[in-house]
Amino acid sequence: MTGLMSKTANKLGRLSVLLIPFLWMTVFFLLPFLILLKISFSQTRTGIPPYTEVFEWAGGLLFKIHGTMENFYFLISDSLYFAAYTNSIKIAAISTLICLLIGYPMALGISRASPKVRNILLLLVILPFWTSFLIRVYAWIGLLKNEGLINHLLMALGIIDQPLVMLHTPFAVYLGISYSYLPFMVLPLYASLEKMDYSLLEAAADLGAKPMQAFLSVTIPQSMPGIIAGSMLVFIPAIGEFVIPDLLGGANTLMIGKVLWNEFFLNRDWPLASAVAVIMLVILVLPLVLWQRHQQVLEERDQ
Amino acid sequence: MDTQPFIRIENVTKTFGEEVAVNNLSLDIGKNELFSLLGASGCGKTTLLRMIAGFEKPTSGRIIIDGVDLTNIPPFERPVNTVFQSYALFPHMTVEQNVAFGLKQEKTPKSEIEDRVASMLKMVELEGMRKRKPHQMSGGQRQRVALARALIKLPKVLLLDEPLAALDKKLRERTQFELVNIQELTGITFIMVTHDQEEAMTMSSRIGVMNAGMLQQVGTPSQIYEYPHSRYVADFIGEANIFEGILQKEDESNAYIECRELGQDFSIKRHDFAENNAPVAVMIRPEKMRITLEEEISDELNSVAGTVKDIAYLGDMSIYHVELESGRVLQASQLNFQHTAERKITWGDEVLLYWHPDNAVVLAQ
Repeated sequence: MTGLMSKTANKLGRLSVLLIPFLWMTVFFLLPFLILLKISFSQTRTGIPPYTEVFEWAGGLLFKIHGTMENFYFLISDSLYFAAYTNSIKIAAISTLICLLIGYPMALGISRASPKVRNILLLLVILPFWTSFLIRVYAWIGLLKNEGLINHLLMALGIIDQPLVMLHTPFAVYLGISYSYLPFMVLPLYASLEKMDYSLLEAAADLGAKPMQAFLSVTIPQSMPGIIAGSMLVFIPAIGEFVIPDLLGGANTLMIGKVLWNEFFLNRDWPLASAVAVIMLVILVLPLVLWQRHQQVLEERDQ
Repeated sequence: MDTQPFIRIENVTKTFGEEVAVNNLSLDIGKNELFSLLGASGCGKTTLLRMIAGFEKPTSGRIIIDGVDLTNIPPFERPVNTVFQSYALFPHMTVEQNVAFGLKQEKTPKSEIEDRVASMLKMVELEGMRKRKPHQMSGGQRQRVALARALIKLPKVLLLDEPLAALDKKLRERTQFELVNIQELTGITFIMVTHDQEEAMTMSSRIGVMNAGMLQQVGTPSQIYEYPHSRYVADFIGEANIFEGILQKEDESNAYIECRELGQDFSIKRHDFAENNAPVAVMIRPEKMRITLEEEISDELNSVAGTVKDIAYLGDMSIYHVELESGRVLQASQLNFQHTAERKITWGDEVLLYWHPDNAVVLAQ
């Protein structure tokens, strides 16, 4: 009797634990996405809300559907959107690479430091999070602008005569994204490098591998999970990034996050904006699925 | 005569901060030997092995292999390969790739790598597992991959760091013989680190017993077991009855020990280390000490009377704990030739322990 009761209680407990994230995801992700999906099949109109209804009640359980694929056709026909998508992917990909090139030696250095120093270094990696993301990006404006700190310094030192134009250039966007997302690269890299069995490197050296060869044939493959996780954590949010290209990028910095914002708030074309968002989600979900599959393979390997 | 030994370790010291791991140690090892460094954990044996491999640099001293001073040569340029205690197999590589790793670093032609990997895997009987990853293998199989990977470059010296510690007892015993066979087959000099005295005894041509960063004694297994130089070695290898006494020499080959612990004197033959009248420690192995219910023993032998306190029955043999009148308890082991039910000696029996004067060994320290 008590056994049965505790079993039921156990089941209930497990359900309630699952219920919270499930509800969270439903209310704050699935439902908004379904609304967005619905809007993407509607047409724009002046009024509140600024789009036509897709479902019309036709009495009883029947609905009339007034869906249209027009918005998606438009996305394909206007090269602006295609350019925005590919440019976003390009900027995200290059930023990810920059993060990897800077983050890998950092993570390697931290993982090899003595435990005491290691904690301080890790703290320093996380330290920027104590200031708002937005403020840190604004701070870069002060550094990069023509009358900014960097130009003043370089001119005072006599290295340049004319201020370097850095703000509102692609350079500023790469800098901003790489700077902002670097910790997301360093932390998973550190986690996988710190776990690495140091005797593997000794074994490689013992078998005649010079330090560089040992790094390439042992350290890199051993830290692959960290490389993939870090790259995902940088690449995915960077694709949809809006604040950094808006504040640091110029008019010619075309990113999908900015296009999305323009469609929603400047053109008030909610249906088209929704279609842009739906496509962006598909682009983002694809690498996530690949990652998931990779993780699964890893787990199976460990069994 | 070959004056230059194959491996010469010359006054090597290694300190980690304040701690002295290896203390001014010198050792010569010959070609084709299977040499064991034996000692308790923390005795410096692994540090010495790591210095030979090149992972640690001696604080002072030199390491010379085949006439070449390797003290300042990095590990990847030494003609030395290692079987690690944890095996340290590359988890992301297959068995084949692991074994081929060493040859790949030398830019050996692909076809030659394939041939040598195949013959190496054949030697360790893993031909069917070429495509497996280390995590898909048992401990014993992994151990053989590690061995094949280290042997494929035909090093001048193979270092083995506790190579059998992770295996269960049966497999360990089998692998001991396999390792000895492979050593004889390849003719490569093996240096093995172990804390297991049985392993060292079974496998080695010579053993170096280490304690506190120093070599206590170097010798063949039987030298180490039968004639330990020191109390430490006598205690570390096998069981020992050790007692203190005063050495009294009669002539070159005869002497006796005045022994208070036994409550009587007894004669000995070997007394190489000690001065006349010197206080010494004497060791007799339990199996050299016989036990009998008879009351008289030949004058040739030493004997002492006592009472059986305990009998430890181990199946193949029994160990008798015999308390002497002085209160000292000695151990004597006896093979069980007969079934237990027929054995006569039992608890509380008055017995005589006796031993040949040859079998008592005077210890140096």
